[in-house]
Amino acid sequence: MPTKSTRNIALRLGAVAVGMFGFGFALVPLYDVMCKVLGISRETIVTQSQLDPDAAQADMSRTVTMQFLANKNDGMAWEFRPSQFEMDVNPGAMNNTTFYVRNPAHRAMIAQAVPSVSPPEAAPFLHKTECFCFRQQTLAGGEALDMPLQFVVDQALPKKIRTITLSYTLFDVTTMAAAPDQRVGFRN
Amino acid sequence: MGADHHGPAKGLTRWLFTTNHKDIGSMYLWFSFAMFLLGGSFALVIRSELFQPGLQLVRPEFFNQMTTMHGLVMVFGAIMPAWVGLANWMVPLMIGAPDMALPRMNNWSFWILPFAFTMLSLTFFMDGGAPNFGWTFYAPLSTTYAPPSVTYFIFAVHLMGMSSIMGSINIIATIMNMRAPGMTYMKMPMFVWTWFITAFLLIAVMPVLAGAVTMMLFDIHFGTSFFSAAGGGDPVLFQHVFWFFGHPEVYIMILPAFGVVSEVLPTFSRKPLFGYSSMVYATASIAFLSFVVWAHHMYTVGMPIAGELFFMYATMLIAVPTGVKVFNWISTMFRGSMTFETPMLFAIAFIILFTIGGLSGVMLSLAPLDFQYQDTYFVVAHFHYVLVQGALFSIYCGVYYWLPKWTGHMYDETLAKTHFWMTFIGVNTAFFPMHFVGLAGMPRRIPDYSLQFADFNMLSSIGAFITGFSQLIFVVVLLKCIKGGKSATDQVWDGAQGLEWTVPSPAPYHTFTIPPQVR
Amino acid sequence: MLRAQHRRRLMAGAISMAALVLQPALALAEQVERSDTNMRVGATDVSHQVYDLHMFSLWICVAIGVIVFGVMFYSIFAHRKSRGAVAAHFHESTKLEIAWTIVPFVILIFMAVPATKTLTDMYDTRDAALDVQITGYQWKWKYSYPKEGVEYFSSLRTPRDEIDNLAPKGENYLLDVDEPLVIPAGKKVRFLVTAADVIHSWWMPDFAVKKDGIPGFINEAWANVPEPGIYRGQCTELCGKDHGFMPIVVRVLPEGEFNTWLASRKEEAVEERALMAQNFTMDQSMERGKGVYEKVCAACHQPNGEGIPGAFPALKGSAIAMGPMEGHIDIIVNGKAGTAMAAFGAQLSEVDLAAVIVYERNAWGNNVGDMLQPIDVANFKKGK
Repeated sequence: MPTKSTRNIALRLGAVAVGMFGFGFALVPLYDVMCKVLGISRETIVTQSQLDPDAAQADMSRTVTMQFLANKNDGMAWEFRPSQFEMDVNPGAMNNTTFYVRNPAHRAMIAQAVPSVSPPEAAPFLHKTECFCFRQQTLAGGEALDMPLQFVVDQALPKKIRTITLSYTLFDVTTMAAAPDQRVGFRN
Repeated sequence: MGADHHGPAKGLTRWLFTTNHKDIGSMYLWFSFAMFLLGGSFALVIRSELFQPGLQLVRPEFFNQMTTMHGLVMVFGAIMPAWVGLANWMVPLMIGAPDMALPRMNNWSFWILPFAFTMLSLTFFMDGGAPNFGWTFYAPLSTTYAPPSVTYFIFAVHLMGMSSIMGSINIIATIMNMRAPGMTYMKMPMFVWTWFITAFLLIAVMPVLAGAVTMMLFDIHFGTSFFSAAGGGDPVLFQHVFWFFGHPEVYIMILPAFGVVSEVLPTFSRKPLFGYSSMVYATASIAFLSFVVWAHHMYTVGMPIAGELFFMYATMLIAVPTGVKVFNWISTMFRGSMTFETPMLFAIAFIILFTIGGLSGVMLSLAPLDFQYQDTYFVVAHFHYVLVQGALFSIYCGVYYWLPKWTGHMYDETLAKTHFWMTFIGVNTAFFPMHFVGLAGMPRRIPDYSLQFADFNMLSSIGAFITGFSQLIFVVVLLKCIKGGKSATDQVWDGAQGLEWTVPSPAPYHTFTIPPQVR
Repeated sequence: MLRAQHRRRLMAGAISMAALVLQPALALAEQVERSDTNMRVGATDVSHQVYDLHMFSLWICVAIGVIVFGVMFYSIFAHRKSRGAVAAHFHESTKLEIAWTIVPFVILIFMAVPATKTLTDMYDTRDAALDVQITGYQWKWKYSYPKEGVEYFSSLRTPRDEIDNLAPKGENYLLDVDEPLVIPAGKKVRFLVTAADVIHSWWMPDFAVKKDGIPGFINEAWANVPEPGIYRGQCTELCGKDHGFMPIVVRVLPEGEFNTWLASRKEEAVEERALMAQNFTMDQSMERGKGVYEKVCAACHQPNGEGIPGAFPALKGSAIAMGPMEGHIDIIVNGKAGTAMAAFGAQLSEVDLAAVIVYERNAWGNNVGDMLQPIDVANFKKGK
């Protein structure tokens, strides 16, 4: 028969195992935190009021090239493209652009645009004040739309970064959207 | 043995309900050998297809199932259970304990395994076939794009994980609580030490693997998006979670090997192990470092440069304690009085070939070089040198070393040496050319390749077949040794030290019912 | 190390000079040396750095191996019982153990310094002259030049028969594509890598570039290839069934030729876009479709859609015209083998194809009611 202290050791080790199982899941939020700490967050969302007032002062002496890419994930039938590929922006200034999207299908579909920034080090300095990626987009069959994007490049953007590429990938979430509450995610 | 000690039960129930560490150890070893042959036959299918350019024997979809199942069966079915089997047999004998601390759980942790692998093997007969996404099962190939059998794969992994965790708890509890009087931690044999550390690694990372597959299960069946960008997840997160398990897992497979070699070398050099305490500390530092290097498997996923540099430097550091071990082994041999029985041959081959794998590991740790090596046959060569010529060789080393203690007979030395040399030639013919094709640009996990790689692939395939059929020699050695042969003395090897050599050969069903006194 | 690099560059220079003198066409031939046993030196400054670092660390490893195994083999030879060796009893030496902890550490630093430098270079994607987006698909690549609005797919060209051993294998077996990625020589090109389904990895050994394409995310890499030529690589992340059959070919053109090529691709793209951009209503499609039908189809299938019994099937109430859209597009675009039904895919424009299909599905009481746009036909033709 196992002695009492053996049982103790076994229980403690079992608790460690259970704890590590939890830790596996804790890696999900930890990963996001780590990305933020390292400044490589894939995405930063702030509203205008949250912007540092200093950052909102435009720095006319410096321009940064913003590039926009539109991608569609497998099986996504929509047309999707930026209205312009490149624009020069001044850090601190508010900028607007649009992405064109059209649903060629004969039924309504729901899409989610997922942003990605390259170089990743630029992500924390790209503030989107309005973005179609904040929420799912529903288009009726044949419907087209120019989706707005409003953003500010932070003045604190490191000088060595001169080009920022903002890529959106459009995913068809028509079937997934049925139960949106079950999903984890950074978009609240 | 005294009359108050009952012997083994008769028939099938002996094996089904046994709580005896020797019975369970034997079952683990037989099981792992069966899995080794199964995984090996998958490898031969792979090598047959790759014998020549063009598709001859199998279609690409089945080829992918073969590579995936080869990896899973070898890692979780062959190498890991073999180590647990050796631990079951030897740890109580080496620390002077009558049995494992939790014998009933021991029975459980073994009997889960056949179910897990039966379930995994049955996926071959399901719609869409067996898992085909590589043993690393990266999302979304293993989630959104996986065959339906992925669910059974997930349950199988859960079962394997439970088995490993229970086995580890048992080993730790045994080592902490069941040592004979006078057997202090720093007197424990190296094999016990390495397994002690390995067991902690297992408890720390197997649950993380369970977490990873559970998240997959949720993504596949319950609409979550842990690993899918569409719902706010990230496929790269999967790789982080997987390799947080995966890198320590590599050390789980190799640390006990260090232990076996550290037992065998002193015996056949007739000289004590050089630097015992630095061996213990080196093992512990390797185990510790294994938790902070995982992303070196992911240099190409687009980490920021700060991350790449951190993981590169941390990975390079592992070379230091590993080097200490190799240097200590060679110093153990130096000025000894060596003889070269089969276990010693396997141990020496282990040192040479594992070091080659370690050195290519240093090259792989350099991130800019890894961009050229990543996912090529260079990596395949590297990890086969570490896991076949490393882990597998040391398992054979340990089995030959302790076989006379288990059966009471000496094995056929000539036949065993033939087995060694054939295997040695086979694996090097199979895996050394892979360095070349990898460097020349052949990606891994492809069923067909361009013409420039043809010669070396043919050579590799020939080596694989030599290796495969040489294992049949081992079957003969084993059966002969069980049936009969020269009787083994209690000490078996004239340089052997340690408690396991104080009990009779074959080791009786119950040993150390009265704890020995260790000075 | 430096001298070797210099010599190699001289060699490469000499080879390309010779090629230029001998025959200008050779300038595009594959002059990149490809070893069967070692890493490729490659075509870019970064790939040279990587190669040198590879050789440097390889020789360090060989040296360590020679020393360590040398001592071991000496010991195996000298300290064997059969030669009467008697075992010594030493079992530790703090000095030795400290030495062999510190020495490897120092060696590692010598390897880490150049590695850090090369890695920093590889990560410096700034000031590129051209941006190319690379998207991995199961099992092909899409290359796009976002600024010019040019994009196309690149897939394996090796014939099925060669793979199935029914025909002799060609020189670039499994390493040939229908449309290679084209980039200018001597310019810094930035690659933006992503994927549309599972993870792929874009590997061009000659540029020392390997980046994973991850669905939903974008990664960067770059190359500046001084010499025009054709460079070959493969996908290096398991991506499903045909992972081994999605090679990568990059054609590096002199700048002038590249600009001409890009301009012509851009023109094609603009024409195609104009066509695709047209969006037709049901009435428009019916009207245009009627015209097309009467001109092309009515001769056999008759203006009333009832066909000629025994010779030409009726479209009115037909299973194809009233069945799934896919099947209907298929028979119009690809025809029906062994019958009089021709393949109209190449004869009619996407606009006319779409219109006539809509007409057939909705005329003569066929009222299926669904719509088809030119873009859908174009997608169908692309095999989607």
